[in-house]
Formats: sequence, C-alpha cells, structure tokens
Amino acid sequence: MSTATTHDAHHEDHPSGLLRWVFTTNHKDIGTLYLIFSLLMLFIGGAMAMVIRAELFQPGLQFVEPQFFNSMTTMHALIMVFGAIMPAFVGLANWLIPMMIGAPDMALPRMNNWSFWILPFAGVMLVSTLFMEGGAPASGWTMYPPLVLQTGDAFPFLIFSVHLLGISSIMGAINVIVTIVNMRAPGMTMMKMPLFVWTWLITAYLLIAVMPVFAGAVTMLLTDQYFGTSFFNAAGGGDPVMFQHIFWFFGHPEVYIMILPAFGVVSQIIPTFARKRLFGYSSMVYATASIAFLSFIVWAHHMFTVGMPLTGELFFMYATMLIAVPTGVKVFNWVSTMWKGSMTFETPMLFALGFVVMFTIGGFSGLMLAITPIDFQYHDTYFVVAHFHYVLVTGSLFSLFAAAYYWLPKWTGNMYDEKLGKLHFWLSTIFVNVLFFPQHFLGLAGMPRRIPDYAVQFTEFNQISSIGGFAFGITQLLFVYIVIKTVRGGSKATDEVWEGAEGLEWTLTSPPPYHSFSTAPEVK
Amino acid sequence: MLLSKVKQTLAALAGSALLVCSGGASADYGLNLPRGVTSISKEAYDLHMLIMWICVAIGVVVFGAIFISILKHRKSKGAKPATFHESTTVEIIWTIVPFLILIGMAIPATKALVAMEDTSNADLSIKVTGYQWKWGYDYMDEGVSFISSLSTPKEQILNQQEKGEHYLLEVDNPLVVPVGKKVRLLLTANDVIHSWWVPDLGMKKDAIPGFVNEMWFRADEEGTYRGQCAELCGKDHGFMPIVVVAKNEADYQQWVTAQKTAMDADAAAAGRDWNMAELMERGEKVYNSSCAACHQANGEGVPGAFPGLKGGAIVTGPKDAHVDIVLNGKPGTAMGAFGGQLNDIDLAAVVTYERNAWGNDKGDLVQPSEVKAAR
Repeated sequence: MSTATTHDAHHEDHPSGLLRWVFTTNHKDIGTLYLIFSLLMLFIGGAMAMVIRAELFQPGLQFVEPQFFNSMTTMHALIMVFGAIMPAFVGLANWLIPMMIGAPDMALPRMNNWSFWILPFAGVMLVSTLFMEGGAPASGWTMYPPLVLQTGDAFPFLIFSVHLLGISSIMGAINVIVTIVNMRAPGMTMMKMPLFVWTWLITAYLLIAVMPVFAGAVTMLLTDQYFGTSFFNAAGGGDPVMFQHIFWFFGHPEVYIMILPAFGVVSQIIPTFARKRLFGYSSMVYATASIAFLSFIVWAHHMFTVGMPLTGELFFMYATMLIAVPTGVKVFNWVSTMWKGSMTFETPMLFALGFVVMFTIGGFSGLMLAITPIDFQYHDTYFVVAHFHYVLVTGSLFSLFAAAYYWLPKWTGNMYDEKLGKLHFWLSTIFVNVLFFPQHFLGLAGMPRRIPDYAVQFTEFNQISSIGGFAFGITQLLFVYIVIKTVRGGSKATDEVWEGAEGLEWTLTSPPPYHSFSTAPEVK
Repeated sequence: MLLSKVKQTLAALAGSALLVCSGGASADYGLNLPRGVTSISKEAYDLHMLIMWICVAIGVVVFGAIFISILKHRKSKGAKPATFHESTTVEIIWTIVPFLILIGMAIPATKALVAMEDTSNADLSIKVTGYQWKWGYDYMDEGVSFISSLSTPKEQILNQQEKGEHYLLEVDNPLVVPVGKKVRLLLTANDVIHSWWVPDLGMKKDAIPGFVNEMWFRADEEGTYRGQCAELCGKDHGFMPIVVVAKNEADYQQWVTAQKTAMDADAAAAGRDWNMAELMERGEKVYNSSCAACHQANGEGVPGAFPGLKGGAIVTGPKDAHVDIVLNGKPGTAMGAFGGQLNDIDLAAVVTYERNAWGNDKGDLVQPSEVKAAR
C-alpha cells in the first residue's frame, strides 16, 4: 500500500524551472510550448508584413531594396505557415485531444517532446538566413525553380529548415493518430468524438501523406543545385513545371491542414454559445473527409497559367468547384446550429462568428478563382492575396483566437478580461477588413502580387490597406496583454467554464490535473 | 504637456497622410476587372460578373440567416434553445442545390475556356521571350525582333522626380500589333519563369525556360494597352512592364517597314570598324538598359548579390573571356546569356564600355566583327 503511494507521488514529481520545459513529456506543457512558439513567430512574421505594407504605402521605393522586399514576402509566408499557424494547431491538439477523449496524455510523449524541440532550431535556422551573404530566400514561399536556384548562401539552410519542419510535423501527426485511435475512453466510439478530434485526425493523415512529398521536392532542388542533377533544369532534360506539380500536390492539402482544425474549433464553440447541439454532426464528419479527399486532386488550380492541355484545365476546374459543396455543407450546418438557439456573444463566440462570415467571403473568392477562364485574369494578382488572407487570417488565425479565449479559462483556471477580449475582436475585425478587402480591388484593377513598387493608379487602395495593416498588427499586442493577464490571475473559472459547454474537458478541474485523466471516464 | 505633444504628432501624421493621398495619387483607380478590348477579355469579364453576383446572392441568404439568428435567437431576448440537430432531407437539399448552381457556372466557363485555348488559324505569330527583367519580341514572319524594357527613369522610382502618368507601365519599344487580326504569342523564357499579362487583352500565360506556351488575342480597338510580368522573377520583377500598341493595318505595315530598315542599317554597320568614342557612347546606353539593374550604373555592383565591374577581374582581364561571359552568361548565377538579346554592335559596345568606364581604362576596344567571330 505504501509503495503504491510513493509510486503515485513520483509521477507528480517533475523537474521545475527551465528544465521542466526542456525535458517535459507532458501534453499540456508541450502544448503550451507550441502555442508560445507560434505566438512568437506570429509577431516575427507580422513584423515582416509591416515592412511589406510600409514599402507599399506609396509608389516608389522608400524603405527597402526590391531584393529585400522579396525576402520579406518569402519569409513572411514561410514563417506564418510553418512557424505560426501549423504549430499553433499542433499546440491545440496537444492540449485538447487527451482531455477531449479521456486520456491521461498523448500516446507517444517522448516523441512529442522531440517534435516540439526541433521547431525552435528550424525556426532559428530559417530566420538566420536574413543575415547571410546574398540575403534571405527571395523566390516566394513556393520556391519555384529556376528562380530559387539564384538564392545565395541561404539556399541549403532554407532546404534543411524545411526538412526539419516537415519531420516535426510528421511526428506530431503520428502522435495525434496513435493517440486518437488507441486512447479513447471506453464508450467513446469514433462517431462520438468531438469534431475538433475528428478534424485533427483527418488533418494528421493529410500531413503524413504530403510532408514527405514536399521534402522530396526540396531535396530535388538541393541536388539540382549542388550535385549536378537536372530534375527541374530544362537544359539538362528536366522540367521546371514538374516542381510546381509536386509542390502543389503538397501545397493544396497543406492549405486544408491549416483550415480543417479551424473547422473543428468552430464546431466546438458555436454549439456551446448557441446552447444547442451541433447540427448535422455526421455530415460534418463526412464533409471534412470529402474536403480532405478532394484536396489531393485539385493541386493544378494553383498553376492554370503554366500551359496545361485543355482537358487538364477542365478537370482541375471541375474538381476545384466541387470543393464548394462540402464546404457549403459545413457553413450551412453552423448556421443551422445557431438557428433557434439561445445565443450569447462572449469573445470566443464573436471570433467564431467572425470566422464563419469572413471565411465564407474567402470561400466565395476561392470559387471565383476556380473558374479557369477568369483565373487567367486573377492569377498572381492581389485578388489571390486577398483570397488566401481571408481564409488564413480571418479563417485560421481567427479560429485560433477563438480557441484561445474559449479554452484559456480551462487551461489557466482564470477567466480572461471579457471587455478587453471583445475590444480585441472588434478592432481585429474592423482592421483586418480595412487591410484585406481593398486588395480585391487592387488585384482586379491589375496589380500583380510580390511587387515592391506599383503604378500610381494603385495608390489609394494600397494606402488604405497599409493603414489597416498597421492597426491590425498593433491590435495583436492587446491579445498578448490579455493572455499574460489571464495567466497571472483573474476571477476563478468554474470547471464547466461556459454554461452550454459539453465534452470531457469540461468535467476536469480548471486548471486540469497534470495527467488529465488518471482513470478513464465512462462515455455513454 | 505630454498630451499636447501627442496631439501635435497626430496632427502632423494626419497632415502628411493627406498630402500623400492628394500628391501621389491619380484619379482613375479601378475597382473591377477591365472589360478589355478582345473577345476573350469581354467573355472573362462577363463570366467574372456572373459568378460574383451568384456569390453575392448566396452571401445575402447565408449572412442574412446568420444575422436574423443573431438578432432573434439570443439569450438576452429570452430565446429558448430548440433541440433539433439533424435532418437528412435538409442535408440532401443543401448538397444538391449548390451542386446544380455549380453546374450552371461550369457550362459557360467551359465554353469560354475552349474558345480561349483555341490558338489555331492565327494571322500573325510573335515569339515572346522573358528575360530578367525585360521582354524580347520576335515577329516570326516579318523577321523583326527587339527587346522591350522599362523606360521609367530611375529618378522617378527613387522619388527624386515627380512620377509620370504611366509610371512603371511604360517601355522603350512597345509590342506593335495590327488591330482586328488574330495574334498568336509563343512564350518562352531565357532564365527563370515569367508571365505575360495585359489585363485589357484578357489573358495571362507563363513564359517558362525550355517550354513554348501559346496564347492568342485579337484587339478590336486601336489603342495602347499596358500590363506587367505576373510571375515573381527576381529582384526587378516589379519593373518589367508590357506595352501593346494596336494599330490599323496601314500604320502597322509602316511600322514593320521602319523596323526592318533600322535592322538593316545595324547589320550593315556591324561590318565596319567602330572607333572608341562611338562604342563608348553606344555602350553606355546598352549598359544602362541591360546591365545596370544588377551591376549598378557606377559599376560597383551590390555586395553579396551582384559583383562589381569597377576593377573587376573579368572586365580588366583578357578580352576573349570578357566577351564569352557576356555572350553566354554564367550558369548557376543571375548572370544571363546576352548573346540572344543584343546584336553584335551592342555587345561590342557594352564590352568596350565596361573595359574603359569607371577608371578601368584598359584602352582596348572590341569590334562587332570580333563578337560575331566569338558567337
């Protein structure tokens, strides 16, 4: 009896101070590390966006050289995609999946530690290219050859950091799958899993399917540059367009990797604040799976202008248009969940509603972009920039804010400041639209993306966009303040936190115990 | 004290913002796609408007439902939550209806696409070559060829001079086409991928090294149409515009004749010996339009990115090696092969210029005939 007690006590005995974080195998600690890392990256990538918007405030070259401007657009995208959005969702997965399925921790805790600790090294390596001979990568995050082969000393560091980020993602994904498949509480069948768990399960499969493809593509770039191969070199019998096909075979599932978990988050939050069960649970699951399947057969819509055969263009147009169907089902289900509910509008709900409306706007422009004959006009203009920022910023990022406000009281045991949270939402929503909506007009009027200087007729909307950008950037400091304030104290949160919240995580104390569920709960 | 300082700063900022808005701006900003001057641009525009209005209509329904929910079904109004949470009928309806709408969009889209991709029966074929950072045009039948590069002065870009009406959308040699004729473009590139786009002509196509892509347009109205490179192609991607001038048949023929005469004159001049002053004068011009973007007008290059030519090993070394690198480029670097872009006189002039400018003072000169022999 006494040995059993010591054994239990030993479990709670984890290192403190800095080493706690270095050696931790605890899903909550690792989740926190992921979230802090992604927040830091959000600000580094955001600072680069500020440089871009400052240069574009007026026609002419004011602040930076064109080459450095290209580095900024490239690094901004790489850091936001691989450093901010993806790790933030992995952080959420770490924190929430064990608590949602009634498990004590993730299935592979040591690998979990490794998959996080690779990230800071990859991130530092990527950012360090800014100080290298020849400057940081400047060929766009899509790294199209032959242009990317003109990168200076930064080139191998770019490739290697992408490899590391990929390895980290794959390990994270394996962990998610193994945990969900093996560690669900008794009685929790697949079709009883919370939607956040479902969307992450599907996302994890996407990650495992496409990250190796991406690693292969960049490795071929590496051998083309240093080992005399000609995969993408036309003069050596290779094919520069083949890189684009391989890249987007990764790249299109990649954009769903960044949005499916967001669908999951929103599907948790809306029912809570509508005080009504999620409408069409099973159709939500099937819609997610359909979107994941379609994501593998639409990649070439990113490259309609490369000169494909007519039949190829038609296939990719039709397949891309089809995505509107399951995506539409999701939006209709969210709206029906709200319909005849009993809604309140705390900050998480505000961000979730903002997500539904603005993500749908991004979906509309996505549908327009799918139509090949008009994509010839939209392609590589600011219309595309506006489109993917609506789905990635007001989509993915807004869902992350919603998630942070929704679960922070559970994580910390303290309520956040509701007034400040709402202020954060309203400022973000207003300025993000001032920032990105005018970019639709710029693109339609003929402004290409990735240019440091522009013809004078684009001045007005660029200025509006820049003002929105600066204000949106500054607003995010408010988020940091709110989070720090909540972590340090505040009114105590109850275990349920939200009146209408359902799910296993709300049966735990706030903050939850170190090993979430030491005894598996029974799910009926 | 502090407050008044903040107020002052804000006032100054607002003032300068207003100044900027009124100063650098032009009145003809666009909100929408141009309707353009070709059948495909008009088709694209109509399709764009159709899809947009369908999206707006769907948006009104969806956002309307959200808005009504937010207004009516809120707890503060005493709304009690309903308990329904699924309906197979409804799910089927909102799967099928969007599908039908999509079919409605796909039919006109397919028609438009088939027409756009039909490059057969062209009246005129022009080969378009993308270079970092300019365009080369070869009229396949007329034998006319030239390079077209940005003509906006550097001073305007660096804000030392007021910006002109067509800032960044003006070139030295525009592409001239006859109005009402089906023009087929054959696109390729010499170094990296570029993309040829003029919104008013309704089409964009990538120019890819090792590939020949096709696109076509038929300009219905005389006029000048402006666009720019649409695929990131390096440092000066934002500075390689496209200008197309559509002329009536008579004016077009006159232009072709003038081009041919000029090319013949150049060919004749390439045979004779040139003196130092002539080569230096022409060399400076060629250098500024073809080389200065990287190596800089003062020959000092950009440290870490582009080597300087002032006192550089190659330009102060043997003539043959110098001519060779300009003709054939240096693989694996941004140094392109200029043999296909510049004629013998231009190449001889620019090599001579580089060997004698900025205090390099080699004193030797390269004749067009030597370049011809080195090709």
